[in-house]
Amino acid sequence: MKVEQPKYKTSDEVDFVIIGSGAAGGILAKELSTNGFRVVVLEQGPYLTEADYTHNEIKVLGEDLLTNHPKSQPTTFRKTPRDKAKQHRALVYGRSVGGTSVHFTANFWRFHEIDFIERSKVGAIPGANLVDWPIQYADLEPYYTKVEWEIGVSGLAGASPFDPPRSKPYPMPPLPVKSSGVIFERAARQLGWNPFPAPMAILSQPRPGRSACMNCGFCLSFGCEVGAKSSSLVAAIRVAERTGRCEIRPDSYVHRIETDARGRAIGAAYFDKDKNTHLQKAKAVIVCANGAETPRLLLMSANKQFPNGLANNSSGMVGNNLMLNSAAISMGVFEHPLNDYKGFAVSRILHDFYELDAQKVGFYGGGGLDGRFDATPIGFALNGLPPDTPKWGSAFKKTLAENFTRTMEVFSHGTSLAREENSFSLDPELKDAWGLPALRMTYKDHPDDLKLVKWLNDRALELLDAAGAKKKWSYPITEQEFAVHLLGTCRMGNDPKTSVINSDHRTHDVKNLFLCDGSSLVTSGRGQPTMTIEALAFRAADRITALAKSGEISA
Amino acid sequence: MINELSRRRFLSQAGIAVSAAWASAHWPEMVSAATHAHQAMQSGKAYKFEFFTPAEATEIDALSARIIPTDDTPGAREAGVLYFIDRALVTFASGDQQKYRDGLPELQNLVREKLPGVEKFSAATSEQQDEVLHTMEASQAEKPPRRRNLQSAQTFLEALRVATISGFLIDPETGLGNRGGVGWKLIGREPEHSFQPPFGYYDKDYPGWQPAQKMADKK
Repeated sequence: MKVEQPKYKTSDEVDFVIIGSGAAGGILAKELSTNGFRVVVLEQGPYLTEADYTHNEIKVLGEDLLTNHPKSQPTTFRKTPRDKAKQHRALVYGRSVGGTSVHFTANFWRFHEIDFIERSKVGAIPGANLVDWPIQYADLEPYYTKVEWEIGVSGLAGASPFDPPRSKPYPMPPLPVKSSGVIFERAARQLGWNPFPAPMAILSQPRPGRSACMNCGFCLSFGCEVGAKSSSLVAAIRVAERTGRCEIRPDSYVHRIETDARGRAIGAAYFDKDKNTHLQKAKAVIVCANGAETPRLLLMSANKQFPNGLANNSSGMVGNNLMLNSAAISMGVFEHPLNDYKGFAVSRILHDFYELDAQKVGFYGGGGLDGRFDATPIGFALNGLPPDTPKWGSAFKKTLAENFTRTMEVFSHGTSLAREENSFSLDPELKDAWGLPALRMTYKDHPDDLKLVKWLNDRALELLDAAGAKKKWSYPITEQEFAVHLLGTCRMGNDPKTSVINSDHRTHDVKNLFLCDGSSLVTSGRGQPTMTIEALAFRAADRITALAKSGEISA
Repeated sequence: MINELSRRRFLSQAGIAVSAAWASAHWPEMVSAATHAHQAMQSGKAYKFEFFTPAEATEIDALSARIIPTDDTPGAREAGVLYFIDRALVTFASGDQQKYRDGLPELQNLVREKLPGVEKFSAATSEQQDEVLHTMEASQAEKPPRRRNLQSAQTFLEALRVATISGFLIDPETGLGNRGGVGWKLIGREPEHSFQPPFGYYDKDYPGWQPAQKMADKK
């Protein structure tokens, strides 16, 4: 399935070097190469395609086939900057061509108008660094539409009364409903809520070179062997490669962005598979390495001109304001088999609680619920049974046999308030297998995030009651110590003193350095960031193209 | 793998469809352990244990058969879990060896203490065995599991439990563990990898999406 691509020399100063091939990097590669630029994409992970993906849980989950490696890339965690961080697996992200978009759930919610202007609407929140975006929903709407049509998103326009305005319907109908979706829909309507078909970045209809979803049941955590899941690999990188101007260079672990005496980026230094170092020269550098690795790379690129990290002179904010999204899970067991292990994860969601009235509920925030099942047999046996189930013996076996096909989840997704001291930074002691400083995560949820997710979870339990669940329970809601959504760590803003990039994704401090990924987000949205990351990437590509064509970048 | 709460989650559960950290951390080697058990069983020859002595193997067999017992459906024994664990302990789960080295003599002491006249766990009745396990469980209380981000097993009993479940439920299509697919049959997971709706009981009569207003008008 690989397409022939150019091979640039590292000494060949290409127009753009893009670091990371995930949701944002893949789209920028497609757009910029289509616009005539010469592009090299450096991806730390291997180049895997449909032929390499597998339903073998051993390879995927055990060998971290698609994700970062905790042994060679250890991380540390602490709750506050006053604590000493301890070694702890703090995060997971995609580590192959296509990044996390290869293995994600593919829930594809747009942000709503409120997500961009919430600070103005709700005012300051104590203990939080909540600010408005420098752009608004209307600026991004054309790009949300572009994402839906270009990469392939299934859904039903107009099905949710809370949806923001859209200029076009979805390009294809929603995926089929699962039993969890029917249960979710019926119960939610009984409660007067507004469930609707989940917008998913999974094809309900085939596209050239890509099959519609076969409902194999190995979706979340797995790569799609038939190209139905709209990863940036199948939906963007293949297009970039066909331009003949884009080289995807896998197994290339960037550890430093080099600058010249004028403080301009000259290229990216990386380790190849054999740990030899190279410097890929470029007229401009675009970092799309994710909300953890992007700030880490800037911090590792510190030099005399940028003693606190590259692009970190004006604000000192590189790595700060980390947001993870708040989440809770309630489980329900039903009388008849749902067989929800078949198919993708989510078929119905609701947004009735997207904007809660803080005066009424007593805390800031909002979110959505989805109905789903996403467990595999061993994980289900270890973690998916009601907490009062014996852990072994006949009763354990009986409950396991009964529940696997009869269980569903109601997943609550909510806002995360930015707190300046929540961050990704460099651990002062721990090194990775390349001798580079390990990622250190500092994170403590804002109290409102925890209140919100408890409130949402109560609605989830109401829903399971209304649905007639024979049994229901929730996983404990505790402070988060593990990150999946990596947001806000190089936030966008007009003020160089408080933000890292401007609304063109250009760093305030380095003219030919751009950042675009989860780190760009100013607010967390309601739990599904990828759609917005991709819309931002399409928009960034337009902005960067305009700047390059007007000679602004090289000037 | 993936967030204790989130997505995938991964995968992780990521994301995800996710298994416990123990299983996932050791999974590549589980393949070879399970293959080994299969070959041993299919060859019809006496299995040569690599970690356990024959006496220890008898104890482990009896223990795993109480974790997933054989009743009117197959259990750990029929899935070949003992052989899976033996192989595991000399390969991917070699880090757990000490738990077994310490745990088996402790078990022995416990049996002697609780069941005078009974020489070893495997010689006790099922009821007596369960009693011993309950005692062990109480003395080796684990922290409650966290969603999708389990710490590796801290105790002998928990290590054995996770290993037994893994050997019982590993994907049979890989030709590895879960002999004859007995584990998946038990839980009702069909072996295919492509499905068409309707998937289950609740979606089979679904009339198709209708806006809420339309539904209300009909009433």
